[in-house]
Amino acid sequence: MSLLDDGWAFGAEFADPLASLDTSIPDGVDGALLAAYALGLADDALVAAQRMTWWCSRAPELELDLAWANVALDLLGQARPLLVRAATAEPALVPALPAGSPIPAEDALAFFREPAGFRNHRLVEGADADFAQAVVRLLLLSTTRLAVFERLRHSRDQVLAGVAAKGVPELAYHRDLAAQWFLVLAGGTEESRRRTVAAVAALWPLHVEALETHAVEVAAARAGVGADPADVREQVAAVLGPLLETAGVVPPPSGRARPAATGRDGAHTAEFAPLLDEMQSVARAHPMGRW
Amino acid sequence: MNDQPHTDEWAVYEVFVRSRRGLNHVHVGSVHAPDPALALRHARDVYTRRNEGVSLWVVPAAAITASDPGEKEALFEPSADKVFRHPTAYQVPEGVSHL
Amino acid sequence: MAQQTVDTFEGLLARGERIEPGDPMPEAYRSALVRQMAQHAHSEVIGMQPEGAWIGRAPSLRRKAVLLAKVQDEAGHGLYLYAACETLGAQRAELTRLLLAGAQKYSSIFAYPTPSYADVGTIGWLVDGAAIVNQVPLCRTSFGPYARAMVRVCKEESFHQRQGFELLWTMMQGTDVQRALVQESVDRFWWPALMMFGPPDADSAHSAQSMAWGIKRHGNDELRQRFVDMTVPQAEALGVTLPDPDLRWNPERGSHDFGEPDWAEFREVLAGRGPCSTERLAHRQRAHDDGAWVREAARAYAEKSSRVHADTSTIPASVVEPVETRRVAERLTTRSEEKR
Repeated sequence: MSLLDDGWAFGAEFADPLASLDTSIPDGVDGALLAAYALGLADDALVAAQRMTWWCSRAPELELDLAWANVALDLLGQARPLLVRAATAEPALVPALPAGSPIPAEDALAFFREPAGFRNHRLVEGADADFAQAVVRLLLLSTTRLAVFERLRHSRDQVLAGVAAKGVPELAYHRDLAAQWFLVLAGGTEESRRRTVAAVAALWPLHVEALETHAVEVAAARAGVGADPADVREQVAAVLGPLLETAGVVPPPSGRARPAATGRDGAHTAEFAPLLDEMQSVARAHPMGRW
Repeated sequence: MNDQPHTDEWAVYEVFVRSRRGLNHVHVGSVHAPDPALALRHARDVYTRRNEGVSLWVVPAAAITASDPGEKEALFEPSADKVFRHPTAYQVPEGVSHL
Repeated sequence: MAQQTVDTFEGLLARGERIEPGDPMPEAYRSALVRQMAQHAHSEVIGMQPEGAWIGRAPSLRRKAVLLAKVQDEAGHGLYLYAACETLGAQRAELTRLLLAGAQKYSSIFAYPTPSYADVGTIGWLVDGAAIVNQVPLCRTSFGPYARAMVRVCKEESFHQRQGFELLWTMMQGTDVQRALVQESVDRFWWPALMMFGPPDADSAHSAQSMAWGIKRHGNDELRQRFVDMTVPQAEALGVTLPDPDLRWNPERGSHDFGEPDWAEFREVLAGRGPCSTERLAHRQRAHDDGAWVREAARAYAEKSSRVHADTSTIPASVVEPVETRRVAERLTTRSEEKR
């Protein structure tokens, strides 16, 4: 179709920076630990993306349908190699499927695990009550994840380092987009301000929880493959503090007692099981299916 | 172009993309946005999803001054007969090169 | 010396040149274009729903990404086409109002339900395939902004058709149940896909005038025939049957003969009485209503900012805030704090 070649063309170079990574497990690192750590990062991205796709056809303006879909696509792109990393580092993690099933490990992990097998933060699993929650959730997720990924670029594990190197500019954009909209909504009308303040109040405790240290993360950090969220708290606060202050939004006091178990332990909110029911329904109906 | 901002919606920004270094920014379309900073982000999310660009401009549509098609003759035809501006208007003896 | 000072509309059309937004044009041409482009834009936006409903349930992560990217493209197509309407002074908000009020239509195909995941594949293969046959000639339509939007749309649309065919083809390599799902889906979508080309030329209200103005380049029947001839061998490769007992190769015509779609059904759907018509508009209306406060907030924010830019010296400090907030935001655009 030479007609279509006039005047405008797609970009030509689509490179997959993860294609040629060394997938061997670094010396002295426990495969099960590496897998457990990768799974948490994978599930955060997968579940967040799953929620964000809801906005596609429901956003306040077409430009935002596109913007939120872009973010979700980036996060799906982060989730997939992380799931593969988890599967290769600890094959026992992958749910068993009927003999001869063509379903790859990443999909077995995404679609055939039970809710308690998921390790995502509870921050990402709730449905957005409104667009203000979508913005605030993205702001909190991307700020913490960016800080973690910046450290992960230096992971001894080549897959985690590669995913992080590719993810840092993606997350920087997500954070920027969310910050821009946060300021607009906080400074727009009385209603938008009320909704923004409410979204921060609702999501802040889950944000604090996502910055708690989990035993897997401590061990992964010690082994030189992961990052301890405790180490990024200051950096996250240094970004969010001035932003919230400028917007005139005060986060609720974070004195709440740490729950006994968090998403990283497989403890989830009531909203999570229905989310998985929907996400997994077709795949589970066809355990021998090809897609 | 939209001369008048419509009270019902965000302003229209025209979007220009530089597809790679060394080329001009080329007009590709428009987006709606509340301000220039978000217009840039919307332009990125709408028009560079397939690796189409390395640089973006957004310009409020209302800020563009366009020539009037009715003035086309006065504006553009006077240049049509200035054949002497073009190298092909000059004869060069055979065998002379690098001219 | 009597001079013709402008290119006339008829002169430009006769020379096969594009009409651009500032050119003089008959009011009927302008309104026909706005109607067609808006209907096209609405179709893209409403068309996000039948497949969008499956993004959350896509059975593999690759398919989830593919489908999300595809439905996202449709939002983009709607956006490009609304932008083309805007060059003629028709605002997106006003066109959306007309859609929601039922005063403007969208493609009949999107009023059909999508009860199976195979429908994602069938929509890509048949519906987007039919759309491409309709749309490629529109890349040369007489109105410049429409033609340019269509170039971009067609580029993106070819990915849509391919991914759909690939999904069906992969499912056909799968289980018996998957193969049955594919056939069942093709059975439902074949006739509605043929209706996408519009009624027979003899019954088409706008066809003749649109052809004369160069908005349309080919008749409905010609494009429908082209689609059938293109699709039959693809169906064979796929291993599915097309649900038309009259479908057969006619060596004399060098084309396939095929049966007549149910035009009474087509008129019902077009009149807004399709199986999912109510649901589609209700979904759009809800999204529109739920987004109203966001659009309003952004306008209010923009107004505050522009007042600041206009003259900061006379404005009380409380309103100067947006400039300051912008500065904070600019700092966040730096790629990462930590450069090692």
